[in-house]
Amino acid sequence: MRLKQCDEPWNSSALNDAEARGKKALTVNRRDLFRILGAGLLMLIPGLGADAQETGRGGGGRRRGAAPTPISAWLHIAKDGRVTVYTGKTEVGQNIRTSLSQAVADELHVPVGSIEMVMADTDLTPYDMGTFGSRTTPTMAPQLRSAAAAAREALIDLAVAQWQVDRTLLTTSEGSVHHAATHRSLSYGALCQGQQLTQIIGPEVALTPTAGWTVAGTSVPKVDGHAFVTGRHDYVSDIKRDGMLYGRVLRPTAFGAALQSVDLSKAQAMPGIVAFHEGDFVAVAAPTRRDADRALAAITAEWKTTPQSSEHELFPLLHPGYTPHSANEDPDVRSPGASPTVDRKMHAMYTVAYIAHAPLEPRAAVAEWTGDRLTIWTGTQRPFGVRTDLAQALGVPENRVRVIVPDTGSGYGGKHTGEAAIEAARLARAAGKPVKIVWTREEEFTWAYFRPAGVIEVSATAKADGTLTEWAFDNYGSGPSGIRSPYDVPGQRADYHSAPSPLRQGSYRGLAATANHFARESHMDDLAHACGIDPLAFRLKNSKDERLTAVLRAAAQKFGWDTRKAVPGRGFGIAGGTEKGSYVATCAEIGWDKASGEVRVTRAVVAFECGAVVNPVHLQNQVEGATIMGIGGALFEAIHFEQGKITNPHFAAYRVPRFRDAPAIEVVLVDRKDLPSAGAGETPIVAIAPAIGNAIFNATGRRLRSLPMAPHGLPPV
Amino acid sequence: MPNQYPLYVNGKMHTVQADPETSLLSVLREDLNLTGSKYGCGEGQCGACTVLLDGKPTRSCITPLGSILKQKITTIEGLEKEGRLHPMQEAFLAEDALQCGYCTAGMIVSAVGLLNHNAAPTEPEIVTAMQGNLCRCGTYRRIIKAVQRAAGVQRRAAR
Repeated sequence: MRLKQCDEPWNSSALNDAEARGKKALTVNRRDLFRILGAGLLMLIPGLGADAQETGRGGGGRRRGAAPTPISAWLHIAKDGRVTVYTGKTEVGQNIRTSLSQAVADELHVPVGSIEMVMADTDLTPYDMGTFGSRTTPTMAPQLRSAAAAAREALIDLAVAQWQVDRTLLTTSEGSVHHAATHRSLSYGALCQGQQLTQIIGPEVALTPTAGWTVAGTSVPKVDGHAFVTGRHDYVSDIKRDGMLYGRVLRPTAFGAALQSVDLSKAQAMPGIVAFHEGDFVAVAAPTRRDADRALAAITAEWKTTPQSSEHELFPLLHPGYTPHSANEDPDVRSPGASPTVDRKMHAMYTVAYIAHAPLEPRAAVAEWTGDRLTIWTGTQRPFGVRTDLAQALGVPENRVRVIVPDTGSGYGGKHTGEAAIEAARLARAAGKPVKIVWTREEEFTWAYFRPAGVIEVSATAKADGTLTEWAFDNYGSGPSGIRSPYDVPGQRADYHSAPSPLRQGSYRGLAATANHFARESHMDDLAHACGIDPLAFRLKNSKDERLTAVLRAAAQKFGWDTRKAVPGRGFGIAGGTEKGSYVATCAEIGWDKASGEVRVTRAVVAFECGAVVNPVHLQNQVEGATIMGIGGALFEAIHFEQGKITNPHFAAYRVPRFRDAPAIEVVLVDRKDLPSAGAGETPIVAIAPAIGNAIFNATGRRLRSLPMAPHGLPPV
Repeated sequence: MPNQYPLYVNGKMHTVQADPETSLLSVLREDLNLTGSKYGCGEGQCGACTVLLDGKPTRSCITPLGSILKQKITTIEGLEKEGRLHPMQEAFLAEDALQCGYCTAGMIVSAVGLLNHNAAPTEPEIVTAMQGNLCRCGTYRRIIKAVQRAAGVQRRAAR
């Protein structure tokens, strides 16, 4: 047995080594943990190799964090049987608080309700690179499973020692070890007998095979759903601290503007106002948000602007070879009536606009200094990265900074940074009181970062029988995710070319996979048409990837692809693809009003396969949500900018999907119990845009190659 | 100039001192500590701040304090009765009609307001009534199902 009592000297080389390497993250040592948690069993979980690198491209102010520490999570079983799991992952609505609990419950044989997940608190949880890239399910869940399985085995060992019985006759369920022959049972908590036991999980722990899952694989309800439907959950913006002030920050008049002069006197004359100015950072704090707003309005400042780009210059900036006419309909490239011996060659350019994540909870932070120690509550997908950013910005050691991330009002890749946290920390230090900053919607639309814009150039050839023979794909500016075609094209070439971005850009759900799938699957559709082959048949003919084929078939079958009937004003499209270890195919039906040009998605069928399904209802919810979000970027979402200013920084001017835009959605979950579970927060978004584009082509004969495709209905010819 | 305003919120009388143009949302959140209603845009465009004024869904972020006369105000915190969730809250859980939950309070309150004057809304009626409420996570179809489920429960209870 490898269990150790905590009061033994810490001279085990494995423990010391792990602890030394993990020193940076282990701000709470195990003795502290036991002090906090009380006696019981503590499992330390080493990381399974390097954590995922952030797959986004530059910009967004994101930096590579420190190397992952060997301890990736820990799990504690208390005297009363309560299980507490510590992980640096953040909950932003993707329901990992539930799915990770399921993984633990499954191996530990305890009810989900007895598990508490402590997440994303840099003082309490081990270092974590961040919550992005759909990595929680494939990396964190197996690690927690290992810990839970090892804990279960250790508890059985304790029972063997106590009862002196044959180990193989012991079973575990509902948080207890049982010996059926003698009708004896002991709860996990009781088995620890008030000792402080600890163990580092070795790699040899056997996990329950998927077929043996009893909790994972089922639709466990959102574990803290009650707190959300009652309004009790405290988001960052809901947190109040004693003596807390409300902060506002003075924003430049345009990107790249430098502060020339500022007059704080009127604001300073207001009662209870702290007005702060350091470099280009000007901010106020007041006892109420209303007072802070008034004080901010009383500040006069002059800004010196520098020349900044405008939207109309964007695409040539990203790709000097960009030609606008090819970004839209180009009738020359289609030749359905061509001779059966002639190869079909297609060349086209596609563009994608900058779009905003627009999380409904804007950036927010509460900062509180206690001496030279800083505690920050903020909504970020990278708590440890933001801790580093704070330490640098405030000039304090990292171990004096604690970042706590309450379950956050969504991120979609848009909250990798900690702007509000740094602002609140600076202001709180100046004010000598805790400060809360909640960005306005306009600030969120302007001063956060955007999904990169891009130009994608595709040249491809298919034989007249539909066999792909050439594929050359160049993405300028938007990113390399999902850039390679999953279809079978020997010698395919796909390159990403970085380009200067006039706007601040960063990660977005699915990264560039959305743009790349849009271009690829639109182009595939054109080729199918040029060959006179059904778009589904054309894809199946060129797919040797059985997982891709399976989702295409599953979506088509549910949609009734083969029995669809042409109706004026209706169109049908299909698209598929793969990214981050999962596969998606989407069929879309659109309605098109010829008179007004309005395009609406009326039905979507999405087949999704991400290995073994962990929580069917939450997965279905993710797939539906990604599809709805994808409709926004497909049809109407675009950030507009003019000389360094965002010109539509409001929901009234930046249209996001609403109830009326939500089509009937049917989700087909392809459950592959033979495959490890992959993450599902991102990939379901990648196929909806091309499916809609293909449906528009089907309905109207027009190929739209720019996202968004129909911001004000179908664009004029 | 700050005035004294009596506010009848969730069955309790409060007095707040604030300027008449102060938004009801900021009074609820800052003065009365009722933080269930959320700030999402401050412009009445997203519905996260929705409360009921005499049973009618109202955007509290653009409702000046001075415009409130004697209406009864109901917020998300006022829906639970004696530890029992409102049927609409139950329905949101049953349909898994949320992800991050930030829009949820406004959605539930808006939907309760809808059922106050239409006990059996059709799907198009729900869509029209809720069009001003944004769910960026895209749970719209589930919310529609939740509203229909709660409507059914309420109708059965009323029989």
